[in-house]
Amino acid sequence: MRITQGTFSFLPDFTDAEIRAQIDYALEQGWAIGVEYTDDPHPRNFYWEMWGNPMFDLRDAAGAMSEVLACRKAHPQVYIRVNAFDSGRGFESTRLSFIVNRPAQEPGFLLKRHEVGGRQIQYTIESYAVAGAPEGRRYAERPD
Amino acid sequence: MGSQAERYKSGVMPYAQMGYWDEHYSPKDTDLIAVFRITPQEGVDPIEAAAAVAGESSTATWTVVWTDRLTACELYRAKAYRVDPVPGAPGQYFSYIAYDLDLFEEGSIANLTASIIGNVFGFKPLKALRLEDMRIPVAYLKTFQGPATGIVVERERLDKFGRPLLGATTKPKLGLSSKNYGRVVYEALKGGLDFVKDDENINSQPFMHWRDRFLYCMEAVNKAAAATGEIKGHYLNVTAATMEDMYERADFAKQLGSCIVMIDLVIGYTAIQSMAKWARRNDMILHLHRAGHGTYTRQKTHGISFRVIAKWMRMAGVDHIHAGTVVGKLEGDPNIINGIYSICRDSFTKKNLQNGVFFDQDWAGLRKLMPVASGGIHAGQMHQLISYLGEDVVLQFGGGTIGHPDGIQAGATANRVALEAMIKARNEGRDIWNEGPQILAAAAKWCSPLRAALDTWKDVTFNYQSTDTADFVPTATPA
Repeated sequence: MRITQGTFSFLPDFTDAEIRAQIDYALEQGWAIGVEYTDDPHPRNFYWEMWGNPMFDLRDAAGAMSEVLACRKAHPQVYIRVNAFDSGRGFESTRLSFIVNRPAQEPGFLLKRHEVGGRQIQYTIESYAVAGAPEGRRYAERPD
Repeated sequence: MGSQAERYKSGVMPYAQMGYWDEHYSPKDTDLIAVFRITPQEGVDPIEAAAAVAGESSTATWTVVWTDRLTACELYRAKAYRVDPVPGAPGQYFSYIAYDLDLFEEGSIANLTASIIGNVFGFKPLKALRLEDMRIPVAYLKTFQGPATGIVVERERLDKFGRPLLGATTKPKLGLSSKNYGRVVYEALKGGLDFVKDDENINSQPFMHWRDRFLYCMEAVNKAAAATGEIKGHYLNVTAATMEDMYERADFAKQLGSCIVMIDLVIGYTAIQSMAKWARRNDMILHLHRAGHGTYTRQKTHGISFRVIAKWMRMAGVDHIHAGTVVGKLEGDPNIINGIYSICRDSFTKKNLQNGVFFDQDWAGLRKLMPVASGGIHAGQMHQLISYLGEDVVLQFGGGTIGHPDGIQAGATANRVALEAMIKARNEGRDIWNEGPQILAAAAKWCSPLRAALDTWKDVTFNYQSTDTADFVPTATPA
């Protein structure tokens, strides 16, 4: 399967030039870029690991791009996303968030059904990768 | 006080003379201001008509009453202070009326509307009357909860940023069994939509009772979430005959883990506020379907403008509101829709007469209301939809998803790919208004569901003249 979190997951994976164009856009809006990575892609895992703090003082797409590349080099086998943060009043939140790296194999999720009374079912979504191994060993290295 | 004695002599006196007209009145920051479009009967002076509206929507009755003198009546009298002819519409006038804050109960849309629209719309000296806009003072806004969740928190909960959300209404809207209904929900969510929606008249009918629908829909929602790794939702319509029934349905939706419930505008302002408070207490997004509004919002001469309903609903506390598409099958002049969207989404809405917005409106930190565009839209219009409506909106393609020649999943995928491709292009600095069709065609080269969608609906437009248009500049409905 292909996890479709993020703004652009239904499009083919972005080239570095395409990633940089989106970073350019975010910087033009005055937003700060942050890079995050995880090997736990549960849809409610809101806190991916931060590859450093959001780059509030960085206005140059090349600088942000080099952080993306460095994160990818250090964690080639996991999910990496680029976030853009808007500190403007009334937003003060993420304005753009897209995946820029993903494991070669995405085993997806098991839907667990816990049957309770009155035909009700309590659902739990569990990542096969997370259930199968501890953090850091969940996805195989990319077969380059 | 001889003049006071004269003023309160028994009998009938023009409203303007009773104190409901004051051309020198300067509204206070804490006043609520309403602008009405007044069409007086032949021979009725527009100033007297405006004063009559002010009177009948505040303290007056048809004749002088001495009991006024037991009160601070000067304060409680609403004051018409300005009457302007409507450009290009002989016999119609925009009349501005100011109301003191103490005329209204805190946090109550029912009380506010009982005054402002309670009595005056059937008033004989007027041929027609329309409430065009209102300026709500910050002092009064602060007594309202506002949207239970709001745009920012909704996005954070759903973990969806940077693009409009995508939805669809299950069709046919009546007749499906619960099991078949859930099938439509699953296919659409798995194919790429964020939300599926009950229609306004899906409540609990012989062919599908509500509990059964809720159970199957939540199976569909959870199965689609597991298939995609995304958070998904279905607006479970809890509209019912009584508050007790609605609370029961909403509680069941919560127990099943739904992130969103839905109500219809026809349940009434008080029920809407009750459900908004319930939604805030229970971390639930609250979708409002504006069922019934067209009966009083569409005609320009009589009723209430939808921008006023949108203001009231932001105060009442819903999170989603259907607010027009511009390009779809339902009423929607581009400028008027733009004005309504600003009312839903701004922190401070600027006066903009071309968009039908008569006042600056400081929203006093009230959360933002997500507009929903629904009704006769399809993937081929993606560039127009994003250009007109922006990013903080739910685009709902019902027929445009379920009617896809290759099935519901393909229909959903077509819409999602069209959306993401268009946002990507916009962010890259491309002129999507003009290059939209090429951007879609390029994506359709690698996405066959999008190609099929474009082929099926490429020539479908609803090109009719709008009824509710701005008065200050001529505009046309886009093709």
